[in-house]
Amino acid sequence: MSSFIEFRDVHKTYGTGAVQYQALKGVNLSVQQGEFVSLMGPSGSGKSTAMNILGCLDVLSRGEYYFQGVPVSALDRHQRALLRRHHIGFVFQGFNLLARTSAHENIELPLIYRGLSKRERRWKVDQALDVVGLLPWAAHTPESLSGGQQQRVAIARALVTSPAILLADEPTGNLDSERSVDIMQLLSTLNQEQHLTIMMVTHEPDMAQYSQRIVHFSDGRVADDMGVSGG
Amino acid sequence: MFGNALKLALQAIRRNVLRSFLTTLGIIIGVAAVITMVTLGKGATAQVTAQVASLGSNLLMINRGQGFGPGRDRVSSPAFTLDDIDAIEREVAGLQAVAPMSSSNATLVMGNNSWNSTVRGSSDALLVAGNWQLDQGRIFTADEQASGAAVCVIGQTVSRQLFAELSPLQQSLRVGRFHCEIIGVFKGKGQTTFGQDQDDIVLLPWLTFSQRLAGHREVQQIYISLLDYVDAESVKQRITTLLRIRRHVSNPAQQNFSIMDTAELADTLTNTTRTMTHLLAAVAGVSLLVGGIGIMNIMLVSVTERTREIGTRLAVGALEREVLWQFLVEAVVLSSLGGLMGVLLAIALSFGLSWWMSIPYVFDAGITLTAFAFSALVGVVFGYFPARRAARMNPIDALRSQ
Ligand SMILES: Nc1ncnc2c1ncn2[C@@H]1O[C@H](COP(=O)(O)OP(=O)(O)OP(=O)(O)O)[C@@H](O)[C@H]1O
Ligand SMILES: [Mg+2]
Repeated sequence: MSSFIEFRDVHKTYGTGAVQYQALKGVNLSVQQGEFVSLMGPSGSGKSTAMNILGCLDVLSRGEYYFQGVPVSALDRHQRALLRRHHIGFVFQGFNLLARTSAHENIELPLIYRGLSKRERRWKVDQALDVVGLLPWAAHTPESLSGGQQQRVAIARALVTSPAILLADEPTGNLDSERSVDIMQLLSTLNQEQHLTIMMVTHEPDMAQYSQRIVHFSDGRVADDMGVSGG
Repeated sequence: MFGNALKLALQAIRRNVLRSFLTTLGIIIGVAAVITMVTLGKGATAQVTAQVASLGSNLLMINRGQGFGPGRDRVSSPAFTLDDIDAIEREVAGLQAVAPMSSSNATLVMGNNSWNSTVRGSSDALLVAGNWQLDQGRIFTADEQASGAAVCVIGQTVSRQLFAELSPLQQSLRVGRFHCEIIGVFKGKGQTTFGQDQDDIVLLPWLTFSQRLAGHREVQQIYISLLDYVDAESVKQRITTLLRIRRHVSNPAQQNFSIMDTAELADTLTNTTRTMTHLLAAVAGVSLLVGGIGIMNIMLVSVTERTREIGTRLAVGALEREVLWQFLVEAVVLSSLGGLMGVLLAIALSFGLSWWMSIPYVFDAGITLTAFAFSALVGVVFGYFPARRAARMNPIDALRSQ
C-alpha cells in the first residue's frame, strides 16, 4: 500500500543565481494515514519549508511528492488548488487571519469556497468555534483577540472543512502552557477518534510527546525519525 | 459561483470602508469634473451660437472710429448724416435696407414705475437691417417717420420692467420729457457677447429722436442689410470708397470709420468658442487623468495587503478564478457606484453653474458615457490586474509579500 504522504529526495532552493539558498537538501519522508507526526529541529532547518510544500502552498525544486499516491510535483496550479481545497487543513505559524473580519467569518471562508449552504456553514462554524472554545468570541475580529485566541481561530478554520490531513506549523507557539495542553489534547482526540492525519511543527518536546512519531530536521535533511517512547 | 463572488466582494468593500470610499471618491471627482466642464463648454457654445444668430446674416454695420470695441477713438471721429445714408442708398447697388441709428440714455416713466434705458432713433428699415422682429404690434409708418410722430416700439426688458404681465400696446410712455404711444414690442434677442442686454431698448422714429430727445442730427451708426446674392466684400469696398470721399479721408491709415460684417463677426465668435471648448476639454482630460491616478494610487497602495489576503484565500481553498471574480466584482461595484455618483454630481453642478453663469444647460450623453466608461475602466484595470498577479503566485509567496 502506498503511503498517505511521501517525499522522495525533495530539494527546495530559494532565490536564483548568487543569492540561492538550499532550504531542503534531499528529504525522504513517508507518513501513513492516521499518523500524528511532529517535526522538530533547530530554527532554519527547513521545517516550515517542508510543511509549505506538503500543504501545496509552495512547490519543490527537485524530487517527488506523492499525496495519496498522486504525484503532486506533476500537478498544475489549478489541480494543486483543488487538492488544498478538498484534502488539506493548514495552520500557519503566523495565523494569517483576514483583518477586520470576525472569527465567525474567518472560519466560514473555506466553506464559502466549498459551496456550502448558509445553514450548513452556520452549523459547521459554530461547531468548530465550540471545539476550540471560542463560541462567545464569534463576532470578534482578530484585532480584538489575544494571540492564543487567534491561534485557535486559525485551527478552527483549518478543521472546519474536515480535511484528510491537518498541517500545523507551531500551533502552540503563541500559547501559554495551559492553553497549549488544551490544543494538544484537542489534536490528540481528533487523531485518535477521527483518525485525522496530523503533521505538526514544534520546538517543545512536551508538545511532541502528544504525537506518535518525531521527525528531526537538521540543515535541510531528516536527521532522525523515531517513535515516541511510551506514547 | 457569481453569487459567492458578489457576497465576498461586498464583504470586502464593507470591511475596508476607507479604501472603498477613497477609490469611489477618485472616480466621482474624475467623472464629475469632466462632465461639468464639457457641459459648461457646450452651454457657452450654444449661447454664442444663439448670439450669432441674433446678429442676422449678411448684415453690415458702419461705426465711426477706426475699429470695433471699446477704447477706439470713436467719439473724436465725426458722426454720419442722413445725407450719407441717402448717398449709400443711391450709389451702392445690392442693398436691401439701410437704417440710421443713434442712441441716448433716458429715464422711462410709466405710472409709478421708472426705468433707465437706451433710447434709439432709427427707421422701419431697422427691422431688416438690424435683424429685429416684432412680437406684438407694428413698426412706424412712413407718415409717422416723416412727421416725427410720438410713437415708439419697446424691447422685452423694458416691457417686463414697466408693464410686467400687462400689455404695453397703446400705453403712453414718458421718455425723458415727452410722452409717446407704444405701438409695438420687439421679440427678445438676449445678451451680446459682451454681456449687454439687447432687449433694454426703446426705438423712436429718427426724426422724433432727433427733435424731441437728442437735439442734434448726428447718425452714430448705419445698419445695412444686403440682398441674398450679393458679395459682402465688394459692397464693403464700394461703401468704403464712397465714405472716404464724403468724409475727406486722404490717408487710408487714418480712416475715421469702420465697416463690420456679421459673417466675419460670427466667424470670430465661433472661433473663440471653439478655442474655449478645446481648452475646457483639455482641462477636463487632465482632471480625468488626475482622478484616474488617484484611483490607481489607492489600488496600488493596498496591493500588499490585498496580496496577503489573496494568499490567505488561496491557502484555505479558493481557486484562482474565484479570487479573480471576487476582485473583478468588487472593482466593478466600486467603479460603477462612483461613476453613477459622479454623473449625478456633475448634473447637479453643471445645472447650478450654468444657471449661475446664465448660459443654457446642454446635457451631453457622449461625454457622460465616456467619462463613466473611462473611470470604470481605470477602476477595474487597477483593481483587477494586481489581483490577477497575486492569484497566480504560489500562495506562500503571496502570503509573504511585504
Ligand atoms: N522565501 C524565502 N526566501 C529565501 N530564503 C528562505 C525563504 N523562506 C525560508 N528561507 C530560508 O530557508 C531556511 C529554512 O527556513 P524555514 O522557514 O523552513 O525554517 P524553520 O525550520 O521553519 O525555522 P523556524 O523554526 O525558525 O520556523 C532558512 O534559512 C530561511 O532563511
Ligand atoms: Mg518555521
